[in-house]
Amino acid sequence: MLLIPCPWCGPRDEAEFHYGGQAHVAYPENPAALSDEEWARYLFFRDNPKGRFAERWNHTAGCRRWFNAVRNTATNEIEAREVTA
Amino acid sequence: MTSRRMTGWQGEPVRFRFDGRDYEGVRGDTLASALLANGVRTVAASPALGRPRGIYAAWTEEPNALVRYGVEPMAQATTLDLAEGLDATSLRGRGRLSEEPDTGRYDAVYAHCDVLVVGAGPAGIAAATAAAETGARVIIADDRPIAGGSLPDTAETVGGVPGAEWAAATLAALDDRPDVRVLSRTSVFGYYDDNHLVAVERRGVDAYSRERVWRIRARRVVLATGAHERPIAFAGNDRPGVMLAASARAYVNRHGVLPGERAVVFTTNDSAYAAARDLAAAGVEIAAIVDTRETAGPAPDGAEVLAGHVVTAVGGEEGVTSVTVSASDREDRDDREIEADLLLVSGGWNPLVHLFSQAGGELRHDDGIGSFVPGSVRQAVEVAGAARGVFTLAGCLEDGAAAGARAAEAAGFRVESVFETPGTPAEEPAAPAGHLWLVPSADYGTHFVDLQRDVTVADVMKATGAGLRSVEHVKRYTTAGTAHDQGKLSGVLTSAVVGHALGLPLADLGTTTFRAPYVPVGFATLAGRDRGALHDPVRTTSLHEWHVVYGAPFENVGQWKRPWYYPRAGEDMEAAVLRECHAVRTAVGAMDASTLGKIDVQGPDAAEFLDRIYTNMMSTLKVGAIRYGVMCRPDGMVFDDGTVIRLADDRFLVTTTTGNAAAVLDWMEEWLQTEWPQLRVYCTSVTEHWATVALAGPGSRDVLAGLAPGLAVDAASFPFMTWRDTEVAGLAARVCRISFSGELAYEINVNAWDGLALWEAVMGTGVVTPYGTETMHVLRAEKGYPIVGQDTDGTVTPADLGMDWVVSKKKPDFIGKRSFARADTSRPDRKHLVGLLPADAGRLLPEGAHLVETSTLPEPPVPTLGHVTSSYRSAVLDSTFALALVSGGRDRMGEVLYVPLGDEQVPVTVTSHILYDPEGARRDG
Ligand SMILES: [Zn+2]
Repeated sequence: MLLIPCPWCGPRDEAEFHYGGQAHVAYPENPAALSDEEWARYLFFRDNPKGRFAERWNHTAGCRRWFNAVRNTATNEIEAREVTA
Repeated sequence: MTSRRMTGWQGEPVRFRFDGRDYEGVRGDTLASALLANGVRTVAASPALGRPRGIYAAWTEEPNALVRYGVEPMAQATTLDLAEGLDATSLRGRGRLSEEPDTGRYDAVYAHCDVLVVGAGPAGIAAATAAAETGARVIIADDRPIAGGSLPDTAETVGGVPGAEWAAATLAALDDRPDVRVLSRTSVFGYYDDNHLVAVERRGVDAYSRERVWRIRARRVVLATGAHERPIAFAGNDRPGVMLAASARAYVNRHGVLPGERAVVFTTNDSAYAAARDLAAAGVEIAAIVDTRETAGPAPDGAEVLAGHVVTAVGGEEGVTSVTVSASDREDRDDREIEADLLLVSGGWNPLVHLFSQAGGELRHDDGIGSFVPGSVRQAVEVAGAARGVFTLAGCLEDGAAAGARAAEAAGFRVESVFETPGTPAEEPAAPAGHLWLVPSADYGTHFVDLQRDVTVADVMKATGAGLRSVEHVKRYTTAGTAHDQGKLSGVLTSAVVGHALGLPLADLGTTTFRAPYVPVGFATLAGRDRGALHDPVRTTSLHEWHVVYGAPFENVGQWKRPWYYPRAGEDMEAAVLRECHAVRTAVGAMDASTLGKIDVQGPDAAEFLDRIYTNMMSTLKVGAIRYGVMCRPDGMVFDDGTVIRLADDRFLVTTTTGNAAAVLDWMEEWLQTEWPQLRVYCTSVTEHWATVALAGPGSRDVLAGLAPGLAVDAASFPFMTWRDTEVAGLAARVCRISFSGELAYEINVNAWDGLALWEAVMGTGVVTPYGTETMHVLRAEKGYPIVGQDTDGTVTPADLGMDWVVSKKKPDFIGKRSFARADTSRPDRKHLVGLLPADAGRLLPEGAHLVETSTLPEPPVPTLGHVTSSYRSAVLDSTFALALVSGGRDRMGEVLYVPLGDEQVPVTVTSHILYDPEGARRDG
């Protein structure tokens, strides 16, 4: 059970959070201008690194805010977090 | 039966039964010590080979002595408190769950502390004391009924008093401190991320709750978990009467029980000599000490020491009668048979690194002790005492005190005074231990590695012979280490035997992964109070009691209990639903629709927001009007549907499906926070603020008119898809003219606390038939209205549902739009929602049934065209019918397809998914 540092509520149990996958995958500016492949990359392709990974978390059972955190997927260490997702 | 209890050992007698025979033990016994005291040697048959087995150890590492009693399917006799009237039977073969429910009460506790100490042996007690001295909040957990770790087993003294007394007094003093909690009989069994540890406290059958799970978050952890003596693999090492040396010592000192009369000791190290001395002092004759080292230790009085010898055979099918020893590695082997009924074994000591390893710690091979010790670790944990290879009493006390102080300091506390460890008797420095894992032999068929899994050295060699080189693979191939004891004794031994077979050093092989739980934990314990009615929250509407009184069975929809149907006397479900459907189609019915999700969406940008979230246009909706809408995921698949009510320019009320309400709110908040933070929109769940009564049927207008005299109900004044605020039955109400049945219908919303009054007023008219969710499902299916999550499954687009009209062509973008231009979403063979009419109008198709093209099944694999998503009997169609997702379904109208059911191919005709009133003539009554 991770102890996740919510920027608003402080360190809380992982069970209070929902995982939101890779961070910094923005909704495309103009989806209509994308090729099928580019759109498919947005929809379906995500990184899966061993090591540092920027990812999104939502404090669902707390303040309900989204934030980003950099977690080391090999050690589960949370190294940094950002308030704006 | 001879008593093996030491003369003069005091104890209140306790009567018990084992395998149908009556015995007597004393209070403080475990079942194992009581059985040994009664001279019972064979306590189990091994699961695979059926070989007789005896008690081998004295605590949780016991591999053999498994019993069942009461509802407990599998317990270790070595940890089971002897209670008056205990009736246990040995487990022969596999465990079997009891047929009886476990009526015990189980609880959970959440706790936080600065320093958690695991283990209350000398090192743990010293650590807890040192940490507590700094003012840190300390929890110390120990799994035994009597604290002190090995002290009660060895009868060593601390500070001039018996070790067990010192331990009890020191812990009592700790427990008196306000910031210290002492948990006894508490096994820490799991070590998870960020110092989250889970323990089970065994409080006994007389306690309010029999067991409690502790979930502890600690700033720092000190693991003082001790060490296990390790076995040696030799021929016949599984015979009843073969026992770990320190365990035999524990039975003598802790329980006053002599595990045999005449013992041979087989050892690689000095620790067994102390065991031999204690046994000799208690009256066990030590026939010989067989030491694998060439330089043997000092013999206890009268015992012969055979240096450089090993045990090569054990006589006695039902228990040790003799031990054959031989000079190891010598050409002129002179086998010698020694008469004995007890064979004590010590292959050295394995530090208990299980929790450390679970914490993500790396293990290091220590050549001195011939085993693995804690190496580096990321988590905030210290290891102290025998758990890191410190095997002297004085060393453990000092090591523990230092670790406790370090932990408190790291948690932010100042160490002001050095905790002074109490004095211990001088110990002879131990001679270097020898390392022998298995006695070489031509036949390894009875050299047991894992007693509980009946795995021998021969089995391990079969695995390595098959090319397996990793201990993880060997574990899975042989099952060594997979029993209830999780390889406590067999794990490192298995690695060593693999190393022997492959000619590799143990250090290179490592161990298999240590996993939680360290000790077996009951599912009932883990479930705690979350069983039965408390398993999941139950949500009920404000009308619930009425449904109960009127005998409705309930359907679970998410956490909601929804009335399913209202059977009258003598009616079964089918009859009740047909009657309710008939009432709605011909007169008027009412349903509790309060569970629909409701989200209040407001703010200056609310209309723009809904335009982006829904596939259709919501910004053009007029205040006072209602629109049906569909939400998709960016991949274009339907996510939810419902109605949108415009309350004001900047305010909407959105309804969602019952089961999806929370997910839709999360979805909206996610987009608002992460993609469109510039939109000024606020979403609030108001599901439980409202009670909603759906009034449906051609007679609904008259009923509403009677209840709401102030409301103009004619079709021109109150058109379809509009809403009005008014009074219904004297209650402030919002009435929406929407229909989920195709009939003239209204949804009357009132404050939740007025719900029952509204419902009773509706029922008080005497003309309204209550109907449940099943009738609602039939009525909507007759009209081809899909239920998201039943007729859709996350692979279905609005177009697949025949709802192209709900997808805006005008909006520049909305969630999902780009995906409707993907090649995949316009394939002609996509699965479309269609209706099915069975050739036999009485044949009800099972939901989930597949559809095929041919009347006889071809050779497998049989291509499926799709499946039935909804299936009902219809009063108004006078037939059964179904909805189905069928490949290219809209191009198959009138085609006959087949549903394979058992040996049958049931013919069905494909029709439009709208089976009733396709013109929509009934909507205005
Ligand atoms: Zn928060």
